[in-house]
Amino acid sequence: MSAAFVFIALITLAGAGGAVFFRQIVHCVLCLAVAFVGVSMLYLQLDAQFLGFAQILIYVGAVTILILFAILLTRNSGPNLSESPFSTGRGIGLLISGAVFACFVWAVRQSSMLPQAAAEPDVSVQKIGERLMTEYVLPLEVIALLLTVAMIGAVTIAMKEAPEANPANKSTDKPSSSS
Amino acid sequence: MASLSGYLILSAFLFCLGLAAVLIRRNAILILAGIELMLNAANLNFIAFWRFGPRPESLDGLLFVLFSIAIAAAEAAVGLALVIAVYRHHRTVDPGKIHELKG
Repeated sequence: MSAAFVFIALITLAGAGGAVFFRQIVHCVLCLAVAFVGVSMLYLQLDAQFLGFAQILIYVGAVTILILFAILLTRNSGPNLSESPFSTGRGIGLLISGAVFACFVWAVRQSSMLPQAAAEPDVSVQKIGERLMTEYVLPLEVIALLLTVAMIGAVTIAMKEAPEANPANKSTDKPSSSS
Repeated sequence: MASLSGYLILSAFLFCLGLAAVLIRRNAILILAGIELMLNAANLNFIAFWRFGPRPESLDGLLFVLFSIAIAAAEAAVGLALVIAVYRHHRTVDPGKIHELKG
């Protein structure tokens, strides 16, 4: 196990642990960004350069910022600081995830004959583009459609309702218009 | 580069941290963040098996993860929009306090 792998793994796990266990939500999301950067470094180490940079662009650049915006939009809600940010069943939750981890480690340890790494493959962006435009062109189009539908759906769901359409919610809608 | 089992155990740990976030947090946004962590762990498994597999020059695992990341982005956008819509009705993002479907 190389020193670089241990270093990157520690960064990733520290970020993910901070994202799970910190009390402040914004700190959690910033730690989540660290964990995403760590995963992208692991991709780079595994010779998937394009994927590593795509991970930084999409996860660190887009998803984390999206989550931060959602936190700002839903601010002064949820458990306040006197309340615990963890649910009452936290012991059982930690127990379940620990059991799942033990199960995974047991399965990995049990499996013999794990393959060794082959020679470094040629993963230029040109080859990825060729595969995407020939063999994987149908999934690519479906993904494009899915992203369009998801974008329209997200805007429709999160859009403010027209006040005359639902007058009962008018009073509750008012504070959100200022934020 | 470490062995395959190192990557597998690391991604198992990442998955279980995401699972813990989903199970113990009281904020719907952080539950979505936990789901993102679990998706990342699955993607890391894909890449590790692709790299250590018999034919890494076929690029299949890499392209699968590319599509998986696109779907995860769509999921995050729709999920956060749903959280904001729920917040507008209930004034809270604590899933334990949201009892009724009717707004």
